Amino acid sequence: MDKQRRKFLKIAGVTALAGIGAPALVRLSSSNALASEHGAAEGHAAEAAHGAPVEAAPQGVRLGMVIDMRKITERPELLDGAIAACIDAHNIPQFDNRKSEIKWLWKAPFANVFPVESSYHLAKNVKETDFAVLCNHCDDPPCVRACPTQATFKVKANGIVAMDFHRCIGCRFCMAACPYGARSFNWEDPRPYIKKYNKDFPSRMRGVVEKCNFCGERLARGQEPACVEACKGTGAIVFGDLNDAHSEIRQLLDKEFTIQRNAALGTKPSVFYIV
Amino acid sequence: MYNKGTIIPGLIIFVLFVTFPIWFNGLKAATVPKPELPPGGEKKCVESVEYMRANHMQLLNEWRDNVLRDGNRTVVTVEGKDYRKGLQQACMQCHSNKEKFCDSCHTYAAVKPYCWDCHLSPKEAVSKEETH
Repeated sequence: MDKQRRKFLKIAGVTALAGIGAPALVRLSSSNALASEHGAAEGHAAEAAHGAPVEAAPQGVRLGMVIDMRKITERPELLDGAIAACIDAHNIPQFDNRKSEIKWLWKAPFANVFPVESSYHLAKNVKETDFAVLCNHCDDPPCVRACPTQATFKVKANGIVAMDFHRCIGCRFCMAACPYGARSFNWEDPRPYIKKYNKDFPSRMRGVVEKCNFCGERLARGQEPACVEACKGTGAIVFGDLNDAHSEIRQLLDKEFTIQRNAALGTKPSVFYIV
Repeated sequence: MYNKGTIIPGLIIFVLFVTFPIWFNGLKAATVPKPELPPGGEKKCVESVEYMRANHMQLLNEWRDNVLRDGNRTVVTVEGKDYRKGLQQACMQCHSNKEKFCDSCHTYAAVKPYCWDCHLSPKEAVSKEETH
């Protein structure tokens, strides 16, 4: 009996030592791999030091939008028309209290849209005109990373940050994650506040988050997004593939100076503004 | 037997209480609902009747994932007519009366699908139509 206990204690001691020592061993044996990784990182840093950080060439379609604020300043009714078209297309409820507000495409002053840009001594037209704001359909969307149910996700085929309302559990992590405030929560049943139904699109229910979907359902039917269609012919909103060098939107981006909302965050917004 | 006077009436009351749903309905099962066939006279659905009866919910889920996740919005063609995948876009085009079609069975089977929390039934869709 005594002998057995002694043996047991020995084995237990050796096992415990091995258990504690194993992670250290693994770390030691993988130090080579780590070293090479470190080297690669240094290489990148060196490249970055010489200019812009090196990025892999973008692939596939990435839909984006250029909003020409000069044209909207000239004719503010364009933006009103675009917002109305969006509301009609997506059964968006209209609440009186701002807490319940549901926003897909909305208006906001320059200082709120571009808080990082200087708003000291702004040009008069920029100071006085409201900007068109919508989901930026980021190339690296923080909302998608935050969503625990993958209710919001990036569509691989066109880069749209889409939502599956069926799957949303209303946790609002995405709203906290979105740096642009582009997401709204249905605090109450939206149905009574929808002015007019579009029978081709559902409404939402209480407890679900929603946002602009770049009119994915209209694009599938070969139509332009509702807001783009509402401004047709004016060039106030240009929509297209950012990765296609010959698209109208790229021609415009090559020609004009544009700004993105808080680009420093690294979310790579797909909505550009000409101020 | 001890306490015969209380046990036997007690048992009778218990049995009557437990079988309440059976005798209250006159020993008959509720009539099996007959969902309304499409008022437009369409005879063929996207799948066979048996398949739809048993699996329409799976089909709807498949369509949902096709459309929203995979971007596969190919139209379904039945007898030369094109239907876009979707509850509002395909099903309700023919089965235009939700109350007489969907609800009749769902109420009988005591299931409460949450489709209609968001999707608009044809009746609701026209309740707030464009007036101008």
